[in-house]
Amino acid sequence: MTIIPPEELIPNDERFAFLSLARGRLRGQKMFVAGAVVLLVIVVMAILAPWITPYPQDAQGGVDPVNSLLAPSSQHWFGTDQVGRDVYTRVVFGARTSLLIVFSVLSLSVIIGVTLGVIAGYAGGWIRDLVMRVTDVFLAFPALLLSLALCIVLEPDLKTAILAITVTWWPWYTRLAAGVAASISGRAYMDAVRALGISPARAVFRHVLPNSLTPVIVQLSLDAGGIILTAAALSFLGLGAQEPTAEWGLMVSQGQDLFTTAYWVSLYPGLAILIAAFAFNMLGEGMRTALDPRRGFTS
Amino acid sequence: MGRYLVRRLAQAALVVVGVVVLTFIVVRLLPGDPAAAYAGPRASPEDLARARELLGLDKPVIAQLGMYMSGLVQGDWGTSLHTRLPVTHDLSIAFPASLELVGTALIFAVLIGIPLGLLAARFFGSPVDGAVRLGSMFAAAFPVFLLALIVQNTFATKLGWFPVAGEYDSKLDSTSPLHLYTNITIVDAFITGNWPIFLSTLHHLILPALVVAAYPIGVVTQMTRAAVSEEASLDHARLERALGFAPGQVLRRFSFRPSLNPILTLLALVFAYSLVNAFLVESIFNWPGLGNYAVASIRSLDTAAVAGVTLIVALAYVIANLLVDIAQTFIDPRVRLS
Repeated sequence: MTIIPPEELIPNDERFAFLSLARGRLRGQKMFVAGAVVLLVIVVMAILAPWITPYPQDAQGGVDPVNSLLAPSSQHWFGTDQVGRDVYTRVVFGARTSLLIVFSVLSLSVIIGVTLGVIAGYAGGWIRDLVMRVTDVFLAFPALLLSLALCIVLEPDLKTAILAITVTWWPWYTRLAAGVAASISGRAYMDAVRALGISPARAVFRHVLPNSLTPVIVQLSLDAGGIILTAAALSFLGLGAQEPTAEWGLMVSQGQDLFTTAYWVSLYPGLAILIAAFAFNMLGEGMRTALDPRRGFTS
Repeated sequence: MGRYLVRRLAQAALVVVGVVVLTFIVVRLLPGDPAAAYAGPRASPEDLARARELLGLDKPVIAQLGMYMSGLVQGDWGTSLHTRLPVTHDLSIAFPASLELVGTALIFAVLIGIPLGLLAARFFGSPVDGAVRLGSMFAAAFPVFLLALIVQNTFATKLGWFPVAGEYDSKLDSTSPLHLYTNITIVDAFITGNWPIFLSTLHHLILPALVVAAYPIGVVTQMTRAAVSEEASLDHARLERALGFAPGQVLRRFSFRPSLNPILTLLALVFAYSLVNAFLVESIFNWPGLGNYAVASIRSLDTAAVAGVTLIVALAYVIANLLVDIAQTFIDPRVRLS
């Protein structure tokens, strides 16, 4: 006789149900598809950066003063910066930096935020109140502000920027996950889970957590654009990535005094920020519309 | 109503205490010894010890937190290292300037965002709606510093329609000096009837305020569209249409007012966000606000000033939220029940 683990006996567990539901709906969402395609292009470009850029050595500290501030041409599609580095090369490599920041901040924030939120939502009572009051305090600081303060405290570099943005970002997921987890723990199948004598820890991580993920995933893609903008703003102020890292915000700030005479130094990295943030927003908006529970299962 | 107010005020007070503690923690983490900065570079070990005692750094952390808090309450926010003036004095000049900029931006956001959102909701699902939706998302994704550079270069440097930087023409200070009451230049110029400065400030204000407004316009449009179209799908809207009200009338007369709540809540959130977003715009347009002050403080590792900026923005956010929540109970009687 095979022993069936108690979880399998529980009916109506909606774990990952959204995946099959989502597939059909997302395909019909033009906004989602457009955002996904643009992001795919960005990711592929970031991966292939050393092979698709004409001057990969410029991604770091390459200096070529003879060719400084050349206007866009067939040799240098986006022109060159003050020290003669190819702006196109640096913009493509900048995608790596931005994706690294987005990925790190989101995964750290989700690990901290969702874990705390699910525990708070499932436990309820004073634990929930305490966690919510703490998030209230963090949310009273706009993300860029607390990041600014932290980036002064710590040595400004890429790692600090990631850490600082994470510190300001996790409470959103805590609130979201706590709300969802509280509503899930009131459902019938969670009564079944409890009746089976499954430990609270196991109940939280096997049953509440997976079911709380749909809104979190939608929120993730909506937030990614904001993280790109915040990270760019930090490095624009000199508090994020440092020279010679190819980072879009830093590149815009390096060209800002030249904007009248050599617009390309700032404009192209700036447009890269815009396109990446916009693509993430389209992805998130499309997902939100497609997964909107009010649309029902048939539509 | 009274009980709701008391509870809401208590909650806000709790958040304020938390904000102060968190700021204190961040400030305490700062590298470098505040006593060394205070005593100067050529201080002897005895001087350092004296400075440490004077600043209370020899006391336990909790006692220091207590001192910090009682200082804040008594209006002692420390002395700025780079201006050599009390932080409260610096903030009393910089904060109103930022408020002027962000306030104007939010007025733009309401005047442009709400009609656009209503338009999209009226033609929900049509190409008009699609265009407004895409446009508002585009505005929200635009990096504010890039927009500032483009706008400044185009409309100020190249076309010369607007001044490139500053709050008003400083030559006016000698010809028609401004009497300060609120420290918000445009308000003071208006109430004292100082028209040259009023017009000059307005002229300087338009470009940076429009740049700061881009993000709020985008999100206010999206929120208005979402809230109003949601409201218009409810039964009461169906009844109103059945009674013969035109669709546009139903939106304006019946669906808009219940949608004001989420829009107001959003505005409080956007206010704090824009205050910080304005930092970047201020540094490009050389606007004498919090952002310029913050950037200068950051460059000189001016702890007290940075803590002051952080605190005042967080406090402004808590107060804006509180005001919005209270305003909501007047706008929407349903709020009182919860």
